[in-house]
Amino acid sequence: MPQPLPSLVACPDCDALYRRRDLAPGEKARCARCGATLYKAPGLLNPDRVLALVVAALICYAIANAMPIVRLSAGGITHTTTLIGSIGVLWAENRGLTATLAFATALAFPLIELSALLAVLIAIRTRPGAPFVATLLRGVQAVRPWGMIEVFMLGVVVALVKISKTAQVVPGVALWAFAALTILLAAIVSYDLRELWNLRRVEETP
Amino acid sequence: MTAEISTARAEGLVACETCGLVSDPGGAHRPQCPRCGAALHRRKPNALARTWALLIAAAILYVPANLLPVMTTKTLFRTTSDTIMSGIVYFWKSGSPDLAILIFAVSIFIPIAKIGCLALLALAARRGAARGLRQRATVYRIVDFVGRWSMLDIFVVTMTVGMVRFRSLATIDAEPGAAAFGAVVVLTMIAAHSFDPRLIWDSSEDRTEDPR
Repeated sequence: MPQPLPSLVACPDCDALYRRRDLAPGEKARCARCGATLYKAPGLLNPDRVLALVVAALICYAIANAMPIVRLSAGGITHTTTLIGSIGVLWAENRGLTATLAFATALAFPLIELSALLAVLIAIRTRPGAPFVATLLRGVQAVRPWGMIEVFMLGVVVALVKISKTAQVVPGVALWAFAALTILLAAIVSYDLRELWNLRRVEETP
Repeated sequence: MTAEISTARAEGLVACETCGLVSDPGGAHRPQCPRCGAALHRRKPNALARTWALLIAAAILYVPANLLPVMTTKTLFRTTSDTIMSGIVYFWKSGSPDLAILIFAVSIFIPIAKIGCLALLALAARRGAARGLRQRATVYRIVDFVGRWSMLDIFVVTMTVGMVRFRSLATIDAEPGAAAFGAVVVLTMIAAHSFDPRLIWDSSEDRTEDPR
């Protein structure tokens, strides 16, 4: 079994090795040779506040996907669009790969990330050392690069501008819910998950 | 400046890629991180070979992604197909040059710049180039950061297709170019994740030991 050395920190980008020391509020430890951020002093966010943000984000996620993003009228016909409805159209038109990509990056991975993070943040209050916490936290880190709500949000805006040139477009509740979700996710991602790992104590044998 | 810096590898230690814990693997066969349980590697396994394979696949798919149409618009009077580039031209001509520039940047420029930059980083790491280390580290960080924004066009297609459903009047359908384009974005993202930025710095250190 490898021996843990929690008093050391290695730069994730260049492997330079440093001895960890406490930081004053607002300070950041940067790698001296490549400039990567090694770790930060605790900021505004702590696990309980991130938990509140995650709950808020899940509520926004539910609204964003249950309500219409936009209502469109042309030639006397009106219809509303949701994200899952659009993906369904792609799927029905035999565009399975494109549909799967959109489904995974805008729907599935963000939901998996938020649910797993919710479970981690609840469990870590009482049992930070439980093995399933490690599994879930690794899952959160694995899906995080593939959740692309903020890119989707920009894509919706571009599509709306494009369509508004030929049809009348009325933004729906879900558009605002997606905007709120984008901001909440930006705040959640700003919290370094290594802080949660550090709550799992490992002893250094001298 | 770098003279007094040692690395985890030089000290015989391993930093966990998942949780960041530094540990001494001792003589363990297939060591696992004592804190999070992830497999420990001194460097990402086969980083350069994987990066190359994914880059070549992405470069090949970049051709159909740009030549094949991504969307077809059917109205009562006519049917028109759009490639990524003709979509950009449409935005430029119809009074949204800002959006035209945005889509050009994320859909055409970023994917090809990303493939080029990663290929150069992989070449330099293989040669053990000793110059421009910090600049190359910065290039890698930018490549890793901007890649996801290339998915923009996939979402534009998805939402446009979902919105324009007026049966006989007008419909917009997605075309295979969108799938090829999406594959380019995913492959370049995995290529960036497969590359190990620590290889940039290994050139200045002892290269004789097993890089794994």
